[in-house]
Amino acid sequence: MTQRGDVWVRDDADQERVPAPRPYWNRKRITTAIWFIAMAALTAIVLYPLVWLIFATFKDNSEFGQNPALLPEDPTFDNYAKVMEGIAGVPLWRFFANSAVIAIAATAGTLISSSMAAYAFARIRFKGVGIFFTAMIGTLLLPFHVVIIPQYILFNNLGMIDTYWPLILPKFLATEAFFVFLMVQFMRGIPREMDEAARVDGAGHVRTFASIMLPLIQPALVTSAIFSFIWTWNDFLAPLMYVTSPEKYPVPIALKLYNDQTSTSDYGATVTASLLGMVPILLFFLVFQRLLIAGVATQGLKG
Amino acid sequence: MVTSTVNRVDDATDQQTGSATPRDPKGLTRKQRHWRENIAGYGFLTPWLVGFFGLTLVPMLYSLYLSFTRYNLFSPPEWIGFDNYIRMFTEDPNYTQSVKITLIYVLVGTPIKLAAALGVAMLLNYRDRGAGFFRSSFYAPSLIGASVSVAIVWRAMFSTDGPVDNSLSFFGLEIGGWVGNVALVVPMMILLAVWQFGAPMVIFLAGLKQVPRELYEAADMDGAGPVKKFRSITLPMLSSVVFFNLLLELIGAFQVFSSAYIISNGSGGPAGMTNFYTLYLYKRAFSDGQMGYASAMAWTLVIVVAIIAFVLFRTSKMWVHYQGDNR
Repeated sequence: MTQRGDVWVRDDADQERVPAPRPYWNRKRITTAIWFIAMAALTAIVLYPLVWLIFATFKDNSEFGQNPALLPEDPTFDNYAKVMEGIAGVPLWRFFANSAVIAIAATAGTLISSSMAAYAFARIRFKGVGIFFTAMIGTLLLPFHVVIIPQYILFNNLGMIDTYWPLILPKFLATEAFFVFLMVQFMRGIPREMDEAARVDGAGHVRTFASIMLPLIQPALVTSAIFSFIWTWNDFLAPLMYVTSPEKYPVPIALKLYNDQTSTSDYGATVTASLLGMVPILLFFLVFQRLLIAGVATQGLKG
Repeated sequence: MVTSTVNRVDDATDQQTGSATPRDPKGLTRKQRHWRENIAGYGFLTPWLVGFFGLTLVPMLYSLYLSFTRYNLFSPPEWIGFDNYIRMFTEDPNYTQSVKITLIYVLVGTPIKLAAALGVAMLLNYRDRGAGFFRSSFYAPSLIGASVSVAIVWRAMFSTDGPVDNSLSFFGLEIGGWVGNVALVVPMMILLAVWQFGAPMVIFLAGLKQVPRELYEAADMDGAGPVKKFRSITLPMLSSVVFFNLLLELIGAFQVFSSAYIISNGSGGPAGMTNFYTLYLYKRAFSDGQMGYASAMAWTLVIVVAIIAFVLFRTSKMWVHYQGDNR
């Protein structure tokens, strides 16, 4: 029998298998419920530090080390007021502006230089393409620290210490092989006929690249842009080496200033500055999470 | 490779139809076209080439040279042969300590992180609906994990009477702060690394989605239990992903820097327990002005990483199974 509305309709197929009464909490439902509970618990553990940080920014300075509970005893905006004033005589917004300038310039450089290199590797048949491609893959695995000292000497000799050039110039030279590799992989997935047709019609490589290839690899460009921005925003070692005057500090080095002071005093301002420093990345993440995760899944990019 | 086949096709056409092939509207000879390809190739590659030679290859070689010298940036490098290397391995207890904690961090932290990544990926793979939210939540730490902000938060969470201590004292464990504790600061750093299991997890999950369901169904019919299925289906089918994650995570772990710097205020303390390899290298170079010694440290790291990569690639033939690879 089958139920249609309130009426039970008899149909022939039903004659033999009379539906056994099935309890609502069958095996599958119970497993699913346990799964959701386990996942939610794990999420709570994984995200706890972030949640703790958010609440900590509303704690009074005296509560640190005294009140380990999540919620502040006496919520206050003092930390925010204090942190806006900045540190070392530099207002807070300045650090964010510095970071934004560096990250945007670095991202532009990465996109231009990496897409050009990727086009050469993926689509142009020139002598030496194989050996350079191998070299590019090799730099993916190379510990960055082996070049920092000579690079420091080089930029020092060029008089570029305490400027943003050492942070930006390398990005215009496609030194982040991850992005070249990502774009090469993407271009290889595009049918050759698409750009070969343009070539037959007489377009040179420059035109094929600019008007055929770039629009086709747009998803890879967007993914690269987001990752490049986030990585540059988070970068600590390079500005630590090259940027020396406080008014030029990007956010991570400014956070170091706060951190250096914590031993003596201002915990509240430090955690608040930390949270604010993460906000741009968290926003990017909330908006682009699917794209970011797809990028990681297909290319094996690191976070 | 695709390139060579295409070239051969071109050559064949050229021979049949003479110098100007129907495929070449500009009427160029084969030689001219090769020229054009070369010029275009190197043109597009120029930024990368400048970066590769100017910022990677030549600096690497220069750093190799510096590793055999004494150099403080101000007076010219002074050749001292293998002295830096000999001092590193025989006379520098800080170096030995740094190698020791870095190896513990890499060899303990990486397997735990990857195991967590694989375990959670398998849990997530159980269901599609609703998994997206959890996947994003677990991935978030990977994106922010390397930032100074997170290192500061971590330090605060594990400090004396911080939230971690507090919840442990609920279970009767009185720690009294992890950051200053010689025995606990490395485990704390490992926890910070494990917390960022999201990136390898996402890669594992993508791999798990590729495993054909029929394999598990067939195993069910044969009455295989979950352990058997994991060992005979999941692990072999995921081996290439395991290989990839292992390689990247090992190499990445050797280079832990900013969290160690922030957690110890750049000192590497307590008692050198956060003096990880790259932090010690940085201090030697930029606090002590010993560019030669630091370069020797850097090259030692490169050699170690190269050996690890070589061993992994070599042994991968024995345990990595590529789908559709019937050799």
